[in-house]
Amino acid sequence: MTVVLHSDPLEPFSLVSEHERGLAPGSFGACALFVGTMRDFNDGEIVTGMTLEHYPGMTERELALIEDDARTRWPIQDSLIGHRVGRIEPGQPIVVVAAWSAHRQAAFEACQFLMEALKERAPLWKQEALEDGGRRWVSPSPNPSHQGGEGL
Amino acid sequence: MSITVRYFASLREQLGISEASVPADGIHCVADVWQRAQPDRDLPPRVLAALNHAHASLEDPVRDGDEVAFFPPVTGG
Repeated sequence: MTVVLHSDPLEPFSLVSEHERGLAPGSFGACALFVGTMRDFNDGEIVTGMTLEHYPGMTERELALIEDDARTRWPIQDSLIGHRVGRIEPGQPIVVVAAWSAHRQAAFEACQFLMEALKERAPLWKQEALEDGGRRWVSPSPNPSHQGGEGL
Repeated sequence: MSITVRYFASLREQLGISEASVPADGIHCVADVWQRAQPDRDLPPRVLAALNHAHASLEDPVRDGDEVAFFPPVTGG
């Protein structure tokens, strides 16, 4: 169970492969992975950059609790959450979530749970920089498929 | 002794302050902390609270030395 916040650009696939090398070979049969990447458009506007504010200390604690919750609900061997904070450019990964399990169903379901719980509970806030020089805080949408920032 | 109050994101910008300290005497719950720290403002709708780095309700009890945070709905991921 690992939580990492990155103030520099993160390499999601390197993070996942490095983490997997720390697991006992043969102890898992599935890894489900989600990567969220910053778009250059949102709500009909061109977005030139984004700043992710967070609550240091609480963010790490809440993400660790989310991993604990996933572990009580699914038989997962391990999980990984990596999240960017600070200034982000379009095209850069924002978040990576991975879950390892013996079988794919638990890995898929745990991975989705981790991501949805993160969006609901982790104290992170996106502020977008717009093409005209303005800035706006992203509002949470009741529909997760239209929430700002990544391409769920 | 006192209670630390922190604000984040759009709420921090609206209030023009990120952190403050308020006297703990007479404070019983999270809602009391807001009233002490922002006596001229009602708690904005949808604002969330945390107590010592954990999500909290306005009724949760607060003790001397605690850290209370107020912030808008989260938008990470």
